[in-house]
Amino acid sequence: MFFNRVKSIENNIEKYFDNILRASLIFEQGIKEYLGSKFDEFEQRTKEIQKLESDTDDLRRDIKYTLYKELLIPDARGDVLGLLETIDNVIDISEKVMVRFSIEKPLIWDELLDDFIELTSASTKCVSELVCASRAFFKEISNVANFLTKVHFWEHEADKIEERIMRKAFSGDFTDKLSLKVHVRYFAERISQIADEAEAVAERLDIYTIKRSI
Amino acid sequence: MIQILIFLSSGLFLGWSLGANDAANVWGTAVGTRMVKFKQAAFFCSIFVILGAVVSGSGASHTLGKLGAINELAGAFTVALAAALSVLWMTKAALPVSTSQSIVGAIIGWNLFTGSEIDVNALLKILSTWVFSPILSAVVAVVLYFIISFFMKHWKIHLIRLDGITRIALIAAGIFGSYSLGANNIGNVMGVFINSASGMFTDFSIGSFFTFTGVQQLLLLGGAAIAVGVFTYSKKVMLTVGSQIYQLSPITAFIVVLSSSIVLFLFASKGLKEFLVSQNLPSFPLVPVSSSQAIVGAVIGIGIAKGGKNLNLKTLGKISIGWVATPLISAIVAFVFLYIVQNVFSQVVF
Repeated sequence: MFFNRVKSIENNIEKYFDNILRASLIFEQGIKEYLGSKFDEFEQRTKEIQKLESDTDDLRRDIKYTLYKELLIPDARGDVLGLLETIDNVIDISEKVMVRFSIEKPLIWDELLDDFIELTSASTKCVSELVCASRAFFKEISNVANFLTKVHFWEHEADKIEERIMRKAFSGDFTDKLSLKVHVRYFAERISQIADEAEAVAERLDIYTIKRSI
Repeated sequence: MIQILIFLSSGLFLGWSLGANDAANVWGTAVGTRMVKFKQAAFFCSIFVILGAVVSGSGASHTLGKLGAINELAGAFTVALAAALSVLWMTKAALPVSTSQSIVGAIIGWNLFTGSEIDVNALLKILSTWVFSPILSAVVAVVLYFIISFFMKHWKIHLIRLDGITRIALIAAGIFGSYSLGANNIGNVMGVFINSASGMFTDFSIGSFFTFTGVQQLLLLGGAAIAVGVFTYSKKVMLTVGSQIYQLSPITAFIVVLSSSIVLFLFASKGLKEFLVSQNLPSFPLVPVSSSQAIVGAVIGIGIAKGGKNLNLKTLGKISIGWVATPLISAIVAFVFLYIVQNVFSQVVF
């Protein structure tokens, strides 16, 4: 009976991380489709990520409720809920960036397309390593540090690409309009912000891992 | 019967205070960290304290009997009362105190008052066991810590499932701890009454295979007093122990409870002693030891295993003060009380 409830909450946590991972992959595909001018497909992806974000919120509330109701993991409950809540910010930001793309339809010059794809890919890798680290926190604590190193690596890569895009946007002669340049900078910053958020969660996870060692 | 119960009341009071305080040593971390519900803890604790007392309690009680063969009920009453009040006063004065050390001091007080010869061998055995028990508890905790750490490193188990298993382990360790506490510490509660009161309870048999002796009935009564202490007063102490004094994770809490329970069991189990003797191996003396000190020893062991960061020399100092100060105070109190009971209340104390 007790272990059935344990199994159910284990499954919910796994599903939660699956959703985060799926959201980051949808985000990557969606941005690539936008940059490839496949706007219909992109809008479809935006709807998908919005639905996933809402489902993930419900799942998180369900996990939180069960952990408190069943008085599970009293010593690590706060940390686990903290982890689930902050990792949820990653999916929130991804969804918001896609919605902004959908509303503002930024003009990304051809010369910057590869850089944007590279930036999106770095941010996505950062999130996927964070999901691996979070799963390891639950199942294989000795492996958390390896994944966290990768999170930090990809966040640093994303920062470098973001800077490169900004330099190109402001030094190139794509346009005379400052507003367009600022617009491109804004979107590069937003995509990179996903990696920044993933790194912030990674830093918390690092502390939680130290606390969990017996 | 009423006269017996009145004279036993001091022992029962001692049992009550043991249940209120020492049960918290066994279950405090589990209840304080909300891993185990208090009602669950109190239920298991009461049953297994009584079982430990009745089944394995006579060994450690016998050693106390050797230290001072208190032959009169009024004498036993006074000795137990002196020990109980010393514990109460020292607790109020925030001094470290153990029922085991208090009762030994009170028995020595009786020996001095009656001019009986003190069995130096028994006394030395008891004193060295006191020093040895927290050290042994620390060693056991260090060994268990490394075994469990190794196991945890290679065992890919989900945190939530681990939590479930830890709860079961804490209950199992608590049950073992309660049994060991009953077996080891019942001597403190009823040991002084064995010579003078057990004869007043008649043996009875169920069929031909089970005989419930007078000593066992006496130990059952003491066990019941401990159980009452657990139910009526230990919750507060458990929550204090669990959440304020020891900042342990549930797994280290399990190690601490298991280590101290093993130590209490080693110094209480007649069966183990007989087995070791039959194998020509050195055996453990059956002596009531302090469960608090066994717990503190285990916590220090965990601190050492983690690199010595948590080692608190003040705590070590407090333990060694307890070895000397508690029996000394208790002996003086017992001496004074025996004088009053004999001369003011005209009771035969020896």
